[in-house]
Amino acid sequence: MCLAIPAEIVEVNWPYAVVDLNGAKRKVRVDLLDDVKPGDYVLIHVGLAIQKVSKKEVEEIESLWQKILED
Amino acid sequence: MAEDIGRLTRKIEEISEGREITLMHLCGTHEDTISKYNLRSLMPENVKLLSGPGCPVCIIPDTDLQKVFHLIERKDVVLATFGDMARVPFEDRSLFYYRSRGKDVRVVYSVFDAVEIAEKTDKDVVFFGIGFETTMPSIAVAIKDSPENFYVYSAHRYFIPAMEAIIKGELRIDGFICPGHVSTIVGVKAYERFLKYGIPMAIAGFEPQDVLLATYMLVKAINEGKPWIYNEYTRAVRYEGNVNAQRVMSEVFEADDGEWRGLGIIPETGVRIRKEFEDKDAERVFEDVFEDFVPKEDKRKKHCRCGEVLKGLITPKDCRLFMTACTPRNPIGPCMVSFEGTCAIWAKYGVG
Repeated sequence: MCLAIPAEIVEVNWPYAVVDLNGAKRKVRVDLLDDVKPGDYVLIHVGLAIQKVSKKEVEEIESLWQKILED
Repeated sequence: MAEDIGRLTRKIEEISEGREITLMHLCGTHEDTISKYNLRSLMPENVKLLSGPGCPVCIIPDTDLQKVFHLIERKDVVLATFGDMARVPFEDRSLFYYRSRGKDVRVVYSVFDAVEIAEKTDKDVVFFGIGFETTMPSIAVAIKDSPENFYVYSAHRYFIPAMEAIIKGELRIDGFICPGHVSTIVGVKAYERFLKYGIPMAIAGFEPQDVLLATYMLVKAINEGKPWIYNEYTRAVRYEGNVNAQRVMSEVFEADDGEWRGLGIIPETGVRIRKEFEDKDAERVFEDVFEDFVPKEDKRKKHCRCGEVLKGLITPKDCRLFMTACTPRNPIGPCMVSFEGTCAIWAKYGVG
């Protein structure tokens, strides 16, 4: 229930978008996010995009690891 | 990565030495990560990772389930809900039982699938809505944008105010691993109300390294006496959260007292559909059906200890029904049904 999956936006037909979930295409609603376009990554939770995520942010955890290990 | 994990767990051991530390996570998916990767085995003896009431299926009291059964026994509606909710038993019945007896029960992946069903039928479609702040925005969007024959039975619960009941509960908790996707919606700021209790909180993602990092952050905060809100899941959680989602939730829903399995009634945690949208509220629209509703006790659940599992007072293996009378194939309590339920997770990975 609390699981959300990152997916890439393929096509936007407001308030819907088609996302690519590891190869599977799915229609989701994106109207709670501002300004989504093809190529953006979003977190999908039960058919709704709840947050935009960037590649940079995904990489953040790796740097956090390094920071803590170097403490 | 294995080497990094080893170094981090050694750090946890070093800085926690000499103290008993009890941490509680509040999300079924965190329990799944902890059990799947056996993270408890990486903790020193003095650091305990407890599972809290973070499974939305598990915390739904029998009353809500019985009311939905009552509705479909008396009205010819299409009842749509999530798959694991459809398996939760009450007196040997579940929504799947009703489907096998000819009732139109549909399992959907999202509320929007239920809206699509309503668009294609003349029958009344009732969505049995469960979930916390993560799921509620989607239901609010559906309530605002759906055909006339679509209704919602709202059994949602606000999670954030419920944390206060856990803090004031029977167990001393030294730190919380906060749910990643509830936090995506409510933001880091939602936890500021708990700072007065002096308990550190760490919002975590769902990879094993996320949970380990959050654990380390909490142990370090306890060691240094810095009870703050730490955000390990920065790639999805912002300080403000998803403001649009918060707005649509407050437009459509309002807080009420809410009953939780094991925790009883907690003020401000129930989720009622506002009067402006009463034509979407199954409890109001089908008011006549509920007039003669009287809740009952399920005798079969007499020895079920899901309530104590949800409060972190016991682990599944302390329940005498666990993997004897209550199994994933024949669950008695909801914690054995949902894929986010602690008992089901422990059964799946052979914990205990």
